Amino acid sequence: MTAIAVPRTRDTLPRPVEAAFEFLRLLSRRPSGLIGFIGIVFFLLLAFVAPVFVPPQEQSNVNEIYQTPSLQHFLGTDNSGRDVLNLIVQGGKEILSVAILTSGITTLIAITLGSFSATLGGRVDAVLVALADIVLTLPTLIVLIVISAFARPTNFVSLAIVLSVLGWAGLMRQVRAQVLTLKERDYVEAARSLDLGLFHIIFREILPNMRSYIVIHFVQGMTGAIYAQVALIVLGLVPFTGNNWAKMLYFANSQGAFYFRDAFWFVFSPILAIVLLQLSLVLFVNALEDIFNPRLRSS
Amino acid sequence: MTPILSVRDLSIDYRTRRGAVHAVRDVSFDIEKGETVAIIGESGSGKTTLAISLIRLSPRSARIIKGQLLYTNDRETVDLGTLPEDELRQFRWSECAMVFQSALNSFNPVINVWEQFVDTARAHGMKDTKAVHARAEELLELVRLDPKRVLRSYPHELSGGTKQRVLIALSLLLKPQLIILDEPTTALDILTQRSIIDLLGQLKKALGFSMIFISHDLTIAAELADRMITMYAGTVVERASVTDLFYRPRHPYSVGLLRAVPRVSGVIGSLASIPGSPPDLIRLPPGCTYVARCPLAIAACSDREPDLVPVDTPQHDARCIRWKTVAEQVGSAEVAVAEKIATA
Amino acid sequence: MTQLIELDHVSRTFRVPGGTITAVDQVSLAIGEGEAMCIVGESGCGKTTTGRMLAGILRPTSGRLLYEGQDVWQKKGRELSDFRRAVQLVHQDPYASLNPTRTVFQTLAAPIQRHKKAKGTRDATNRVRHLLDVVGLTPPDDFLVKYPHQLSGGQRQRVAIARALTVDPRLIVADEAVSMVDVSIRISLLNLLLGLRSEMGVSIVLITHDLAVARYFAREGRIGVMYLGRMVELARSEALVSDPAHPYSAALIAAIPEADPRITRTKERVELKSAEVPSLLALPPGCSFHPRCPLAEPGLCDVLVPELLPLAVETGREVACHVAIRERTPAAELLA
Repeated sequence: MTAIAVPRTRDTLPRPVEAAFEFLRLLSRRPSGLIGFIGIVFFLLLAFVAPVFVPPQEQSNVNEIYQTPSLQHFLGTDNSGRDVLNLIVQGGKEILSVAILTSGITTLIAITLGSFSATLGGRVDAVLVALADIVLTLPTLIVLIVISAFARPTNFVSLAIVLSVLGWAGLMRQVRAQVLTLKERDYVEAARSLDLGLFHIIFREILPNMRSYIVIHFVQGMTGAIYAQVALIVLGLVPFTGNNWAKMLYFANSQGAFYFRDAFWFVFSPILAIVLLQLSLVLFVNALEDIFNPRLRSS
Repeated sequence: MTPILSVRDLSIDYRTRRGAVHAVRDVSFDIEKGETVAIIGESGSGKTTLAISLIRLSPRSARIIKGQLLYTNDRETVDLGTLPEDELRQFRWSECAMVFQSALNSFNPVINVWEQFVDTARAHGMKDTKAVHARAEELLELVRLDPKRVLRSYPHELSGGTKQRVLIALSLLLKPQLIILDEPTTALDILTQRSIIDLLGQLKKALGFSMIFISHDLTIAAELADRMITMYAGTVVERASVTDLFYRPRHPYSVGLLRAVPRVSGVIGSLASIPGSPPDLIRLPPGCTYVARCPLAIAACSDREPDLVPVDTPQHDARCIRWKTVAEQVGSAEVAVAEKIATA
Repeated sequence: MTQLIELDHVSRTFRVPGGTITAVDQVSLAIGEGEAMCIVGESGCGKTTTGRMLAGILRPTSGRLLYEGQDVWQKKGRELSDFRRAVQLVHQDPYASLNPTRTVFQTLAAPIQRHKKAKGTRDATNRVRHLLDVVGLTPPDDFLVKYPHQLSGGQRQRVAIARALTVDPRLIVADEAVSMVDVSIRISLLNLLLGLRSEMGVSIVLITHDLAVARYFAREGRIGVMYLGRMVELARSEALVSDPAHPYSAALIAAIPEADPRITRTKERVELKSAEVPSLLALPPGCSFHPRCPLAEPGLCDVLVPELLPLAVETGREVACHVAIRERTPAAELLA
């Protein structure tokens, strides 16, 4: 007795490798997604791998402030004579780390609260939904500013926590809506009458069916976290951070570099870096939505 | 008498990522004026692909790679496979109409039944609203519905049986010569099914059109068909009159199907499922496609796919090299196969 | 025969836009150990709701569900979960009944391990293999790592049945479990269910709209016919099919198309007075079938709701029809 589906010709490869090939093939159908993916890989390498090879420069060279781009300094120099390109290379790590951490915390809170809220129902659900609604109505940036002014984050983790305090509500509502739908599925009903327990039902039956959903929201969360981070840092509310892209803009602002024509590259480079990173994330996420939509996939 | 539709060696492939799906292979049959033909098959048999190709509504991924669809009316014979789109549009509905399964997306949910009639009429050249209205009322009465109530209603307000009747009425709008019905009674309740079957029988007698049914349900063939075709893995495995196929089948798949259908009347009989599943339509076995599930399979069956050959009763063909053995097992009495095997 | 599970005057109402409908109205039904029976009816008759109440998934709005003589909905904690596991439901749609992200092994092993039916992974795997054998998915090792989308509809239903068996149920409610499966393999699924009954003593209640399937499945048992929320006839399968007591049953049986041209084209139909099925929001007074019933008597059938009572002529036959009870005769004879 044979099953209807015939195994793929490539089923000699191990599953993760096969899945990776499949993923890249699907991605190549949406060129913008492929560009976004390449962009993300590029920035990850730039932020985390490149600094290993390019040591941060310590000395300032007052003779070389605000130099325009040259062979020696591809993007010119800053107000202390430091090479801007070097600054860009060093400056991505913090931004990306905080973004990943923040999005991770937000996603975790949203999934946990959303799925428990939907499966437990009743008063628990009502309270959590009300809480989420309140958080959603708050003007995010302003509240963030107020919180960081008082909470004074002193390291990355606390910064990530501050940023995720307000970011979970939207995703939580969406996760809850999805879980409400999924929990009516026949196989969830079967799991309940087999008495498999709440944790099994949420984490083994329902959430695995939302994998793509979660990944997409995680990446979208990163863009939000970057946006919020940059805003706070440029406003000077996060004093502990080292010299990252947003900090460069903060210095540019406080040093009056905006009025100095030669400082153009010093100001423009971090903006370009941030914009290109966000763009890559967005293009990638849009392609992900297409990939994970099974109806578009089978043709 | 030229048959009104003559399908010759029709083969249709679907383009997919994994390769070409040979959904329909070398299908040939004729349908005469006023005749009712039932095409019976299960999932993967190709019957739906065949049905929608008859009115050329196949998706773009489907291609007719071989064969002809010769349609004849009083004036001329045309090959539907080569007809340009504007002539096809004329052909559809005025010569040949299709009734889809009522439950599945056959209605536009935001317009009422009257607007549906007007849309259909206008799309096929009937512009006079008064004439359309008169015709709509006439047709709805023909299908035993109250025109005033139904024309005002939206699809969600109507029951499954009523919707099916409306679809039948719509199909008769331009007095077609041929009506194709896809699973007309599946998903309907018993009493509603009965009323639709009776209605189709009455309409056919009154209006004289030819009908093609596509179904997995043998019982509708037993009720209404003059001739039957069983399809398996994309091709015709048996073609016969309805009595021949039910009482004197000559292909093991037809026998298998007849033994797999429980009945309410008569003895329960010897019922059994057909073991196994249909083959992959991308990588078909070299010989007979039924070999993996056939109780009579021998080595020679896997050599090449058998031709459709005439058997011992007139106008009866089967695609099996051992049809004579089937004939011995089943005999020729006018008794249901399941009973014959039970009492044998 | 000890009664394993019993519905005692059970009703279930739902709030819908437009009002309240009584999907199931005062249904009483007792099922014994090792019994195979069918509940049949057309859409809207309440058979699925009845099945789900039997399985403990839906709570009746009135009446009692008794398991081994005890009221289920008065139970708490451990006793309630014991009942839950004793009655399992097999769903209609093979494409929705299994979790698409879990393999066959994962789906079957989870309840086994949760309820400690095996010691350790190796034992659990063996038990899974055994269950796959029981449901006819052989060789079992071929199926352990498959995902649902790699299986056919019939195979998925077998996995769903195996899943129900993991907790050693006493009763399986199969809700239209063969309706969405190819005709040529329905019989093998029905035989599988019947085999569970004869080999393992599991009672099976099959809910279906197909009377021919019901006749085959329940040939050693009973069939219950439902109409608009009420049980109108409960009889042994052959008795019902050859000699229906209720005019609705008679109409159904006469209306079924048969896979035999000679029989089906000459079969006598029962003409009903109307083809309109009343809405559950506006049920006719008295017997809800009376507007369509050829035997309806004004003053009786449109006033008094008939109870499901034994037809005195024979035992094991209950019918809810004033005329049939009074005449002590099945409706089929009265209609002929």
